[in-house]
Amino acid sequence: MIEIENVTISSGPFVLAELSATISASDYAVLMGGTGQGKTTILEAICGLRPVASGRIRIAGEDVTRWKPADRSIGYVPQDLALFPMMTVREHLEFALRLRRASRAVLVARVDELADVLSIGPLLDRRIQGLSGGEAQRVALGRALSFRPRVLLLDEPLNALDESTRDRLCGLLRNIQKRDGLTTLHVTHSRSEARLLADKLLVLSEGNLRERPIADLSDADGPAATATSASEAS
Amino acid sequence: MNQAPIPSRPQAIAPAVTSSPPPRHKAGSDAPFFVALGGLGGSYLLLIVLMLAADLAFTSPTHFAQVLQKPEIQYSIRLTLVTCTVSALLSLLVATPLGYLLSRVAFRGKWLVDTILDIPLVLPPLVIGLSLLILFHLPLGGTNLEQLSESYLGARITFAAPAVVLAQFAVACAFAVQTLRATFDQIDPRPEQVALTLGCRRSQAFFRVVLPQAWRGMVAALTIAWARSLGEFGPILVFAGATRMRTEVLSTTVFLELSVGQLESAVAVSLLMVVAAMLVLGVVRLLGNRVLQ
Repeated sequence: MIEIENVTISSGPFVLAELSATISASDYAVLMGGTGQGKTTILEAICGLRPVASGRIRIAGEDVTRWKPADRSIGYVPQDLALFPMMTVREHLEFALRLRRASRAVLVARVDELADVLSIGPLLDRRIQGLSGGEAQRVALGRALSFRPRVLLLDEPLNALDESTRDRLCGLLRNIQKRDGLTTLHVTHSRSEARLLADKLLVLSEGNLRERPIADLSDADGPAATATSASEAS
Repeated sequence: MNQAPIPSRPQAIAPAVTSSPPPRHKAGSDAPFFVALGGLGGSYLLLIVLMLAADLAFTSPTHFAQVLQKPEIQYSIRLTLVTCTVSALLSLLVATPLGYLLSRVAFRGKWLVDTILDIPLVLPPLVIGLSLLILFHLPLGGTNLEQLSESYLGARITFAAPAVVLAQFAVACAFAVQTLRATFDQIDPRPEQVALTLGCRRSQAFFRVVLPQAWRGMVAALTIAWARSLGEFGPILVFAGATRMRTEVLSTTVFLELSVGQLESAVAVSLLMVVAAMLVLGVVRLLGNRVLQ
């Protein structure tokens, strides 16, 4: 469960004030909103990379507002993926587990499992340079899932992909989330992506974070459409 | 009815289009540009090659061998290799954390720190030597740094080998800091941030994610620090002196040989320095490339 309670985040002249939202355990929430509204800022605040000026953030009932990013147990896939340039795919999957001093057996088992689920087995010993967009996405997702986080945050994870890869990854995300019951917050511009994935729809528009009925996604004139049409058009 | 407006429009536009077709454009040769670039740039290359060629023409292999047999010069070569390596390693040790902090951390008064770190780059080297000399002999509650290091470390600094290292380090480190700061500036901070969400402390993110990416910059910083140390002369002369078999490094050898009129020896030692510098540059470049592959 992710609870955001009256959270104010300010970075320079940009301020997001008094945001509140609740994402229940095992829900797949999709956060939509136009470019520059601060969707990424919210994700960064949840995972602790951006300080919160006031308010509370709770993960699974625990107040993590002042916790270090390392202690929050959040799997984060940023928009730019931010893969580690000097590591192989395998090292990406092992990274968080090694920090937790996992045994050799656990390490091997988890890497095999992830490689299987994400279909990246043949890539394991490759460096990240030269991976395709879809492959890199799956590596970033595997790295974020490797340590069995309590919450998964995805920042426009399917953006730069062609349609078939996008559809396949959508299915994959849904399967993983269903199988592990992982609370997920997924930022996207795409209504089709949201339609495929969302249990819950949040819209950030002009500094307001509101929940919208899922039905809005199929209704072309609904409020979610108005909030996102500008960005989708571009 | 509708024919009337049509002829009137083409008449207004057509003459302009048909009477002056755009002249055929030819860009001309690029050769003069590259000849000029090559000529101007090449003149500097030529100067370097001519200087080295003149040195080579001035000396002979027998002379070279004679010089290498002198025990003072053998000592000087050894001391040079040791001090340059020590000061380059020290520079890397200090400049890596400093470059990282300056690149990643914003703090009040950063401009002042930046300015202070640039001082060794712009100050005449001789002044750095003089300042070191003053620093180690400034009265400090009935004692001074020189006496403190003698009683606690059991080693003299001024006019001894440690002074050579310190004089080299004082200048070389500033260059290493610049190189490494630029290196860390070019490294994307995002993977480091993601590493934090995966469970890293800042130190773990630094050692596991950032430092492996900084290899090229660290190798470059080490090379630059080593080369600066090899070329250091003024501060060493003032702070360490030019005592044969004690604080004589190759740059002081050139000076000492010149001052007693041994031009041939001075030139031979100079060539030795050229060879040493080129060897280090070559080895380090090879190493750097291999590390990156």
